[in-house]
Amino acid sequence: MRRFGWLLVLVLGFTMCGAAYAAFPPIPAEEINPGFVYIGPIGDGGWTFMHEKGRLEMEEKYPGVKSVFVESIPESHDAARVFETMIRNGSKVIFGTTFGYMDFILEVANKYPDVIFMHCSGYKDAPNMGTYFGRMYQARYLSGLVAGKMTKNNKIGFVGAHPIPEVIRGINSFTRGVRRANPDAEVQVIWIFSWLDPAKEKEAAKALIDSGVDVLAMHADTGATPQAAEEAGVYVVGYNNDMSAYAPTKHLTAPIWDWGMVYKETIGQVIDGTWAPKHIWYGLKEGMVGLAPYGKDVPDSVKELVEEEKARIVSGEWDVFYGPVKDQSGEVRVPEGSAMTDAEMLSMNWFVEGVKGELPQ
Amino acid sequence: MEILVPILTAAVRSGTPILYATLGEIVTEKGGILNLGLEGIMLLGAYAGFAVSYSTGNPWLGVAGAFCVGMILGLVHSFICVTLKGNQVVSGLAMTMFGTGASSILGRDYVGVTIEGLHRFPIPLLSDIPVVGPAFFRHDALIYCSYGLVVFLCWFFTSTRQGLYLRATGDNPRAADAMGISVARTRYFYTMIGAGIVAVGGAHMSVAYTKMWAEHMTAGRGWIAVALVIFAIWHPARAAFGAYLFGGVEAFQLRLQAAGTTIPAPILMMLPYLMTIAVLLFISIRKGKGIIFGAPAALGLPFFREERD
Repeated sequence: MRRFGWLLVLVLGFTMCGAAYAAFPPIPAEEINPGFVYIGPIGDGGWTFMHEKGRLEMEEKYPGVKSVFVESIPESHDAARVFETMIRNGSKVIFGTTFGYMDFILEVANKYPDVIFMHCSGYKDAPNMGTYFGRMYQARYLSGLVAGKMTKNNKIGFVGAHPIPEVIRGINSFTRGVRRANPDAEVQVIWIFSWLDPAKEKEAAKALIDSGVDVLAMHADTGATPQAAEEAGVYVVGYNNDMSAYAPTKHLTAPIWDWGMVYKETIGQVIDGTWAPKHIWYGLKEGMVGLAPYGKDVPDSVKELVEEEKARIVSGEWDVFYGPVKDQSGEVRVPEGSAMTDAEMLSMNWFVEGVKGELPQ
Repeated sequence: MEILVPILTAAVRSGTPILYATLGEIVTEKGGILNLGLEGIMLLGAYAGFAVSYSTGNPWLGVAGAFCVGMILGLVHSFICVTLKGNQVVSGLAMTMFGTGASSILGRDYVGVTIEGLHRFPIPLLSDIPVVGPAFFRHDALIYCSYGLVVFLCWFFTSTRQGLYLRATGDNPRAADAMGISVARTRYFYTMIGAGIVAVGGAHMSVAYTKMWAEHMTAGRGWIAVALVIFAIWHPARAAFGAYLFGGVEAFQLRLQAAGTTIPAPILMMLPYLMTIAVLLFISIRKGKGIIFGAPAALGLPFFREERD
């Protein structure tokens, strides 16, 4: 489970990243031959599709760099085999794009100390292995602002895949945005217990629509929720990439990934000889997460509000989980003047005020 | 009543792909062939239905295409099971793996693409009946076809000569052979028809229900159908009941969540599976006590014409 990983990150991840590693010697662009190993097919329209987009952007920026990719590699020893094949074929940098590759990358990284490894969404590192991921919650917060402004009856629905910290953090940050824009609105969550089951996603969306919500948001793999929203005539916030194809008139926006910037940055550093393993967790400021183009119904006043809030986050003046943060019962979890640490965010297992729905125990 | 109607509507909507798959498998098994490849056949059916609908712009051609793809897979399965007398379980499992892999490779270009698909088409007059109308008669035409198929199969199995031949082939192929029925030809034919119907179930998901293609989009419904055949004790009408029960339980638990109640969803989701186990227990306990169940006696056994018992 590619995204499942973040729930483990917390404990070990940031206790380990203290160790400082030396920078790698420069590698000429023609000799890097970066290899990308994907968990899904590049045509999945979501996760892997966005990574592939990033790879192509990187190639465009560095025409001398010839990269290779292999898709649909399971989180098993097959992955280690693919890494080794790539290295034998001349790859000096390997990107692994799912949490479950972590131990296989580490194993191969120890075996080939002169090859650079970048692992997406993990927490283990080595002198030649770094990690990268994005602060998606910041983009989710911005999309929540739009949803909060666009609801008329203050009822917003959220189709969630699995009750794990990554999704919970997404719902919480979305709800923080909704409440910031509209203190009376509430977010009703439905769990479908599946990443990819379009029929069930659609049925969950319909159940929410039947219960009276007039804006939908989602964290699952397909465009089924936007499709249900379009058919029923309610607004929808997508995820992963621009999902307006499924809801041409009702798609408001979507929090989306931009992996290209990490890929470009990494390859640039490798060429310059400044690359050293780090735990990258970039956000709006660096441009790794952002919003898809707005739908035509989103008024300028809402766009301005989003820009204001974005500026606050980018400047570092404020972040989504700065206090006061109350939970569902109204208890203050983060007092005013303090903020949640990254580790706390990564292990989030409670809902903020404004979310309706239960967390399965 | 207010909550009942949307749940019934959703039950029919989400139960239909499972119903098609169950009916197809019943047709296949009545002839004595076990086909565990439902998941793979549904996926390839979903893919074929979507791809043909997309390229021709006609969803009905998509459904027909899915049926043909199902028939081809049924042909392969019957070649292995009837002609080569291979292991039916292994062939079926291979069919599932093949269908899963092939549909994801072939379907790559169709991810993120949308089609018009089959629209909802309320039947005049019938759709105005309270409760029953909105629950059963405000869907797409493929759902209405499934009602027809249930009625047809009930009649076909019990009241036609061909239906009798089919059941004879599944219950006692030696007797059927003595009657002059070609066991091989009968099994070939109904395995292909059955697989075609299963594929239409997949096509319903991609062409009518969600109008999109996604890898592994059937998400285990083929396996549910395998269980439902037993749950229904090989009877088409009970298959409809079982399929709608599955769909209804899912719709119900989603609506419970939407209403903000705290009944844990996983417990509800277990219900149909528990009932299947209960039915299996019931059949096993009552077997051979004078009650006739629909299970074909020669299910899963290859037929060797020249062999003596």
